[in-house]
Amino acid sequence: MSAVMSAGQVLADGVIDFNVQSLVDNFWALTIDGLTYGSIYALVAVGYTLVYGVLRLINFAHSEIFMLGMFGQYAMLMLLGFTPRGDAYTQGTIMTVTYLLLAMIGGMIVSGGAAVGLERVAYRPLRKRGAPSLVFLITAIGASFVIQEFVHFVLPKLTNNELGGSIAQQPIRLVVPSVQFSVFGAEVTNVEIVIVIAALLLAFATERFVTLTKFGRGIRAVAQDPVTATLMGVSRERVIMLTFLIGGLLAGAAAMLYTLRVPSGVIYSGGFILGIKAFSAAVLGGIGNLRGALLGGLLLGVMELYGQALFGTEWRDVVAFVVLILVLMIRPTGILGESLGRARA
Amino acid sequence: MRSSTPKMAGTALVLVAGLMLAGCSSKDDSGDTPTASGSESAAASGDLSIQPVVQIDTKGEEVPAADTSNAADPAGDGSAKCDPVTIAMAGALTGPNAALGINILNGAKLAVDAHNAANAGCQVTVKEFDTEGDPQKATQVAPSIVGDKSVIGLLGPAFSGETAAVGQVFSDAGLLSLTASATNPDLVKNGWTNFYRGLANDAVQGPSVAAYLVNTLKFAKVCVVQDDSDYGVGLAAQITSGLGDAADSSCAAKVKAGDKDFSATVQIIKTAAPDAVFYAGYYAEGAPFASQLKEAGVTAAFVSADGTNDPQFVKQAGSAAKDAYLSCPCGPAPEKFAADYKAKFNIDSGVYSVEAYDLATIMLKGIDSGVKDRAGLVDFVKSYDGDGLARHYKWDATGELASALIWIYQVK
Repeated sequence: MSAVMSAGQVLADGVIDFNVQSLVDNFWALTIDGLTYGSIYALVAVGYTLVYGVLRLINFAHSEIFMLGMFGQYAMLMLLGFTPRGDAYTQGTIMTVTYLLLAMIGGMIVSGGAAVGLERVAYRPLRKRGAPSLVFLITAIGASFVIQEFVHFVLPKLTNNELGGSIAQQPIRLVVPSVQFSVFGAEVTNVEIVIVIAALLLAFATERFVTLTKFGRGIRAVAQDPVTATLMGVSRERVIMLTFLIGGLLAGAAAMLYTLRVPSGVIYSGGFILGIKAFSAAVLGGIGNLRGALLGGLLLGVMELYGQALFGTEWRDVVAFVVLILVLMIRPTGILGESLGRARA
Repeated sequence: MRSSTPKMAGTALVLVAGLMLAGCSSKDDSGDTPTASGSESAAASGDLSIQPVVQIDTKGEEVPAADTSNAADPAGDGSAKCDPVTIAMAGALTGPNAALGINILNGAKLAVDAHNAANAGCQVTVKEFDTEGDPQKATQVAPSIVGDKSVIGLLGPAFSGETAAVGQVFSDAGLLSLTASATNPDLVKNGWTNFYRGLANDAVQGPSVAAYLVNTLKFAKVCVVQDDSDYGVGLAAQITSGLGDAADSSCAAKVKAGDKDFSATVQIIKTAAPDAVFYAGYYAEGAPFASQLKEAGVTAAFVSADGTNDPQFVKQAGSAAKDAYLSCPCGPAPEKFAADYKAKFNIDSGVYSVEAYDLATIMLKGIDSGVKDRAGLVDFVKSYDGDGLARHYKWDATGELASALIWIYQVK
């Protein structure tokens, strides 16, 4: 090998390969898969964005709220009589839909409850004492560890090793992915359709809720100017609780959808990276901005899969965060800007 | 709130409609009668298990299984006398790959308990050290193993990465490090004088399996997927070079420990349409990967090695695990061993359980023969020459087995 090598050679020699062919070959399949993951990121991102909008707090424990949601929907399915096994159950259409909805509700109850509980136990006492924002941030990270280790070590003891522990839960599958139609040669499965549609509807409903209802107006008012909002008779504490509740409910729903796609992802550490990605999605779209969370989520989901095909499959997380950094260098407030307070409807 | 209620209701309706789609096809996919509650339907994956198929050499050719009738018995003649000593076991006992560590620990316990029950005058203790299989954690644990003066021999570390990280510590302390599972070939090249490997390394496993895939199973195009562990990287390199032209670099992919979804990797493999996918990594990632390949409609054979050769793989992947080829330098459990193990621990024995049993037995033989300290046990193992349940144990100067073979298993 010659002593002088061009940069291209170095890259081609295994540091990073640019595999354009792979991206072109798989473009549509990756797009569809990316949108599926992206819509899950988007739902979780809403939780980060709402809390940030109202409290200027990055709730890093939100990833664990999502993780608890996965256990919530899993526990709900167990309560309904499903025993874990490797293969999918085959129920009739109506029953499957019912079970999926019940599982989603199970996830939402656990996540929503945990989010509100977290706010009560961890953040409200700090707010009462007027703690500086750095303390909130550290509390959030601490709470994240506490919840993870709870599921890792305590939950198995409480549930006779049925739930939690260090090994992923054995999957309970209700749906066998099957191809419904093709887009430019890329196959679209029922699971992908359900995830994208359900996530978009939930995101849309949330956006309408914040835009149109009295409670939503309260959230926007507090986000814009807490003092004036209080003077106008908006209960700040109630708004904060509602904000955590909405974020938690969406995370629980997202957890069920995610488990539909990744049935063996139910593990104590399963929320962490996804949570960071969702947070990045929120920042990418413009944190505090609901539509930004949706846009950021979908973009991030698609970009990281394109990046994987282009640079190699091990670069997924790197691509996601490099995209984030690049966008923030050009638009520090994210693509759509920070604007929950101004909330363009 | 009031103004949005009808809209919310509408949204919920559409959501239900969307979920219907999911239901539709789950019904279409199977002729099973839908059951009224969540009870099991037919064709459960519960029947699947990992079955031994054939023992092979580096050319991929069959070698008859060893005769276990001369295997060393940990109980001995029951007249051993010794001061109370301790054997340490280090490996993942918690964490995502704990099953492998627990297999080893239980195998060793089975041998030690049999020994202690038969030899009232020589009681040996097993001390557990949990590394979670993580090199960083192992560096924190290693000093406490070395510092415990009652420990005269170590069964472990279990994984290659952690062994690479802490091997020097044990070597410096002159503590026997007898591994039942770390298969990275480079481990014996560190000049450690205390490190012995109780099974074939990846430099044997890689070429043997590659030759078997090409010569016996006639696979012409294989995608090699590796994780980011020392084990996965080393094994993938061996397999890839062993496969030669059959390894397709255009669909070779890398994943990370902890990954649960493999969308891009699956898409790339699907487009490449290979005869087989070789996964070099552990079951925590291997199981969801196999499921997702199957779900995406990839029909290529799933081939993996000892990191995936675990009942957990079948539990997690379900019917997607069916027909998967799983190689292993570890030998299958003889019937009596499997029954004793099941009776004692109430779970099936797994990968490395037999090796751990054999290696613990070798250490016990040393202790019974009058070895009292760390140096003595290293010397004993260095010159050991005898049969175990899994194979014949005799080491060369580097710490590798003189004759090392590979087993091919299949999920059936």
